[in-house]
Amino acid sequence: MLEITNLHAQIGDHKILKGINLTINPGEVHSIMGPNGSGKSTLASVLAGNENFEVTEGSITFNGKDVLELAAEERAWEGIFLAFQYPVEIPGVSTSYFLKAAMNAMRKNKGLPEIEAAEFLKLVEQKSKMVALDDRLMGRAINEGFSGGEKKRNEVFQMAMMEPKLGILDETDSGLDIDALKIVANGVNKLRGPDRSFIVVTHYQRLLDYIVPDYVHVLVDGRIVKSGDKTLALELEKKGYAGIIAESGAAQPVG
Amino acid sequence: MTAVDTKQDIQHWSDWKARMPKDWLAPAREAAMARFEALGFPTTRHEEWKYTSTAPIARQSFVAPSADAKVTAADLDRYLFAEQPGALAVFVNGRFSDSLSDLSALPKGITVMSLAAALESQRDVLEPHLTKHADYREHAFCALNTALFTDGIFVHVSEGTLVERPLHVLYLTTPSDDPTAAFPRNIYIAEPNSKVRLVETYGGQNGSVYFNNAVTEFVARDNAIIDHYQVQRESTDAFQVSTRQVFQTRDSNVSSHTLAFGGRLVRNNINTLLDGENANCMFNGLSVLRGEQHVDNHLRVDHAQPHCNSWEFFKGIYDDSSRGAFCGRIIVREDAQKTDAKQSNMSLLLSRDAMIDTKPQLEILADDVKCTHGATVGQLDDEAIFYLRSRGVSVDAARSLLIYAFAGESIGQVRIAALRDKLQDLLSERLHYGESLTFGRPFEYSDDFADLVRAADRRRET
Repeated sequence: MLEITNLHAQIGDHKILKGINLTINPGEVHSIMGPNGSGKSTLASVLAGNENFEVTEGSITFNGKDVLELAAEERAWEGIFLAFQYPVEIPGVSTSYFLKAAMNAMRKNKGLPEIEAAEFLKLVEQKSKMVALDDRLMGRAINEGFSGGEKKRNEVFQMAMMEPKLGILDETDSGLDIDALKIVANGVNKLRGPDRSFIVVTHYQRLLDYIVPDYVHVLVDGRIVKSGDKTLALELEKKGYAGIIAESGAAQPVG
Repeated sequence: MTAVDTKQDIQHWSDWKARMPKDWLAPAREAAMARFEALGFPTTRHEEWKYTSTAPIARQSFVAPSADAKVTAADLDRYLFAEQPGALAVFVNGRFSDSLSDLSALPKGITVMSLAAALESQRDVLEPHLTKHADYREHAFCALNTALFTDGIFVHVSEGTLVERPLHVLYLTTPSDDPTAAFPRNIYIAEPNSKVRLVETYGGQNGSVYFNNAVTEFVARDNAIIDHYQVQRESTDAFQVSTRQVFQTRDSNVSSHTLAFGGRLVRNNINTLLDGENANCMFNGLSVLRGEQHVDNHLRVDHAQPHCNSWEFFKGIYDDSSRGAFCGRIIVREDAQKTDAKQSNMSLLLSRDAMIDTKPQLEILADDVKCTHGATVGQLDDEAIFYLRSRGVSVDAARSLLIYAFAGESIGQVRIAALRDKLQDLLSERLHYGESLTFGRPFEYSDDFADLVRAADRRRET
């Protein structure tokens, strides 16, 4: 489904990704873990098409398509969804208006007519319940005045509305208390299915107690230094990143 | 520029002196003309005109427009809003057009007629107000208008009369061989406990050069409400100076909205005197400019009495090499305790060559007051664009949506639904970002002024 080969990316002159290789099959959940500054969020952003990052080498294919040739919105149309680490506040645009615009853009691309108002409302009601998101927030400007937890739940809610083929969660757990974490994880788990894959970028092992991954990758200094199954996360918890880095023989990140 | 230049500037205006009407206002007109001759056109060395050069107006020779311009009802269409307003008054090249206007649907208690007619029949109503509020002694454009005006709209709402449906006043300037000048003069008098809603639209064909120097005097008596809109859709080669002088007594509410889409060089002077307790005013503005357009919004809110609230809320969207200026002066006099004055100017620059000069100004002589001001200048937020795109919204649509959202706060203040729709259409015509705006309208609005103020407060606090 997703094939990342020797991916190098930088912002300005600062090289961040230094040769990522990763293959994800349909239905799989991959967790990317790593210390601060290792490139986890960059990988998520590059996959979603953030133009602040320049890809200098390597390739990404998604269901046979060259992702690097696609604009951010075209990637969304292909079924790639990024749940932002820091969801953006957009004053003046109501959440429901934006969602409808986004869904209709997706539908248009698939040759479908615009969504009926009643169908849209039903979907909103159903999916917002999934993440216990107060649907009165739909009338408010996007993420404006939302609490940290509401912002993150709003991301998972939007993912549920869009029904992507690949969901990328960029530190969706950071800043959440345990109850909110459970709600978010529960929402993601409900979306899991044989045709939908996930990349779960996280700093903390804790999230993986609730979203159990098929694979865990440890990212250090722009490279995946170790991959394994869910037990790798527990090992990380015990040994810390330093331990894993020492074992893998990877270079310590400098400064 | 030197004083000598200023003299030269008005030389070719001397022909106009002969055109001063000989009516009962003649003494005021003589005085105003003398002041104009003494003042000349302001230069950018004048503090109040720092950001707007009047040289293009001063240099140009203007003739009086011809009286026989052919305008049909079809020519008006593009300026009307979807639902028929309560009444329509049409001026062609500064003259009232009886055949194009329709004042038949006016309710009892409101008198609407051309000022030319009112000068004859309404002298007792006019005399205490006309030329008494707008200051021709210190302001050259006001002086020129006072000396030369012949027509405009006269609106008088009698005590206790509530007029809900808006009166639409449309000023059309037709193309001509030589640049023309007109001096519309309007007066709105709302007697105690009355309410009136007015929309002025200024329109002209792009490419035609002309000058509209308009002065409007507003009188809002105790507990009266005036809700006023000025939609500027002048030719992109036109000059416009619009002076609004508001006089308010206790418990009155005046809002005036300036919606600037057209004009090459536009100056809006918006002044109010809050001369009674608990008088409230709101001045809302939105400029949507491109090309070489220049719009200068210049406000002066004078709090002369305690417990008055004022709110200036101006936004601008500047593309290409367009330019905006904002000066929102608030004066709180010694006796004006418990004043609540808010001022905000927000600008969105869409191009590297676009520019805005903004100058908030507070002069506070009382000690128990609440005054806030703020100005922001920004570009479209790349993060927000990426966020929208990552959800499948195309880059063009994302840009449009953000511009729309920015303008939405201003258009949201418009309390006439059909006019709001019209403005949204005008805005989407201006956003050359393709098909992106076909999926509906994002604006929310509130009928409650206090609600909007609270929302603005919340935003400031967070």
